[in-house]
Amino acid sequence: MASTLVIKDLHVEIEGKEILKGVNLELDSGKIHVIMGPNGTGKSTLASAIMGHPKFEVTKGEVLLNGENVLEMEVDERALAGLFLAMQYPSEITGVTNADFLRSAINARREEGQEISLMKFIKELDKNMDFLEMDQNMAQRYLNEGFSGGEKKRNEILQMMMIKPEFGILDEIDSGLDIDALKVVSKGINQMRSEDFGCLIITHYQRLLNYIEPDFVHVMMQGRIVKSGGFELARRLETEGYDWIKQELGIEDETVGQEA
Amino acid sequence: MTTKTNLPVDQQAVEAFSQKNGEPGWLSSLRLDALAKADDLPLPKPDKTKITKWNFTQFAKHTVDSDIYSSLEDMPESIKSLIDVETQQNLYVQRNNTPAFLTLSEELKEQGVIFMDLLTAAKEYPELVEKYFMTEAVKVDEHKLTALHAALVNGGAFLYVPKNVEIAEPIQAVYVHDDTDATLFNHVLVVADDNSSVTYVESYLATDAVQESVVNIVSEVIAKQNARVVYGAVDNLSAGTTTYVNRRGTAGRDSRIEWALGMMNDGNTISENITKLIGDNSYGDTKMVVVGRGNQKQNFTTNITHWGKNSEGYILKHGVMKDAASSIFNGIGKIEYGATKANAEQESRVLMLSEKARGDANPILLIDEDDVTAGHAASVGRVDPMQLYYLMSRGISQHEAERLVIHGFLAPVVTKLPIEGVKRLLSEVIERKVQ
Ligand SMILES: Nc1ncnc2c1ncn2[C@@H]1O[C@H](COP(=O)(O)OP(=O)(O)OP(=O)(O)O)[C@@H](O)[C@H]1O
Ligand SMILES: [Mg+2]
Repeated sequence: MASTLVIKDLHVEIEGKEILKGVNLELDSGKIHVIMGPNGTGKSTLASAIMGHPKFEVTKGEVLLNGENVLEMEVDERALAGLFLAMQYPSEITGVTNADFLRSAINARREEGQEISLMKFIKELDKNMDFLEMDQNMAQRYLNEGFSGGEKKRNEILQMMMIKPEFGILDEIDSGLDIDALKVVSKGINQMRSEDFGCLIITHYQRLLNYIEPDFVHVMMQGRIVKSGGFELARRLETEGYDWIKQELGIEDETVGQEA
Repeated sequence: MTTKTNLPVDQQAVEAFSQKNGEPGWLSSLRLDALAKADDLPLPKPDKTKITKWNFTQFAKHTVDSDIYSSLEDMPESIKSLIDVETQQNLYVQRNNTPAFLTLSEELKEQGVIFMDLLTAAKEYPELVEKYFMTEAVKVDEHKLTALHAALVNGGAFLYVPKNVEIAEPIQAVYVHDDTDATLFNHVLVVADDNSSVTYVESYLATDAVQESVVNIVSEVIAKQNARVVYGAVDNLSAGTTTYVNRRGTAGRDSRIEWALGMMNDGNTISENITKLIGDNSYGDTKMVVVGRGNQKQNFTTNITHWGKNSEGYILKHGVMKDAASSIFNGIGKIEYGATKANAEQESRVLMLSEKARGDANPILLIDEDDVTAGHAASVGRVDPMQLYYLMSRGISQHEAERLVIHGFLAPVVTKLPIEGVKRLLSEVIERKVQ
């Protein structure tokens, strides 16, 4: 089933400061979108606002998942509706094993009495961990606790593969990865790629895009999408940086809080 | 001569009780001596909790008679579920003041291990019991409650592990409080002789039948040289019960004492847990979890005192406070002069689930020696909203997310309990209490 995630004129504040100033974006399942942009331009804010991070306040606009406004939903309802966010900085939770956590997440999507059997769960978990070349003992370790930067990123992808959302938003999933880990994480994302899955990847590096070919590339500055294009846009950014866009648009300071 | 006391049990009653049990002379006189002192000695003074109005001394009956359990099958499900029925061969069950069930494997008997109810042990092994009963770890005249305990002790267990005997499987005790008239003065004495090792796990279990009552528990652990004692406990006494519980250990040279304590009482509780690291290279580890709810007031003082060189002491306490419950967590790491290269570490964390709950973590380091290392960490906080957000972003409901975080917070101690049934009990009690 084709699904859509439509972001309309999204304005977001944190602690009274406006960070997003009217973001418009349409995602379709089957397509991969990439957002690039300098530090502090509002990329993570966009991801967080879509997922419902408690600190961010949406002051205007809509986020429609298959026509339904997710902004009116609780965080868990958004997830159950089909959204997934791989966070730039995943939380660590002592005492809760990765496996128990994942089983809760899967069972949250099932009716009471229809919980996934332990056997089936373990089989699925083993398979995905193998695929992501994760050590089996990571399943019994406490959620993200003491995980290295790269292990946390792999663990985010593992969760996405287990949960199978309609839309995955991946915030800097490639940051801090060595080249092998980058390949593994890309392999995971590519594995998800299908007509039923849409993806928004936030990244600073074109190198990820060597493994995952995007359909659309967007550039964010000053809390807006200021330029959109295809893969060629990412290539140009990699070689030329952002200055040409700033010049083209007459932007002096690209971070939020500045007006064009 | 009979002196008049403010206690519900007088000298004659104590004498009669001791006689009825056929106790050796030393124990009768110890009781009478303690009773004489109990009246005048002051209550203990747990730091930051005022207990002068608490009732530790007034109760209806000193002892009650309860039926015994003729077999495991005869026990109610609440007890059976605690026991790994297929494998547990070393079990003592006490019902109120009555020794109700006992089994000890032939193998352990042959090795000279003694495990039985304390008052029988005092008759059958008078020298051993006399040598250690309230002589090393806890003294009779420390305060009113230790004296009262010595005078009125009416239950408990004695566990002796001879030299060089290492017991792999855990020794289990279950203390059932199901008669509201029963007053427990329970005493557990664990003696691990040189080069021995043992794990002892107890649960205190109350039924709904228990209304107002008084419980006074003293546990003593004596780990001689190069001995290892793991002591697990889950206390789950009723809301109407006022509890004084004092668990102490003394560790000799190269010895280890490890505590894993689940403090789940629903009533007002004063808990004192002290490990005395007397020998060089001795090691003490206290892990404790607490869940407070309702209006209960509790005080948990954990102390590890170092005399031995190179001794190591670790305290880890995690408490969850809900409703209008209030708890004080005093952690004391004390290093005496001469205990060079000692290391004292402690960590206390309190998680508050409601506005009205109160939790206080007071880490204290008292150090009289220069050449040592020590550290402490303490925090009182709420469930981290970022953790909830993270879990909920995976579709987990807020309620379930909170449950996971709370269980996770308590897990470091729960996972330490060495008997599956008791671990399960603790998880279930936590589950029920934090709902
Ligand atoms: N919790 C917060 N409190 C205050 N300001 C915040 C908070 N989170 C984000 N901001 C501010 O919002 C602006 C945008 O931040 P955001 O994290 O969205 O940028 P980004 O584009 O993801 O940057 P990067 O590429 O460095 O990850 C920044 O100025 C940042 O300081
Ligand atoms: Mg960011």
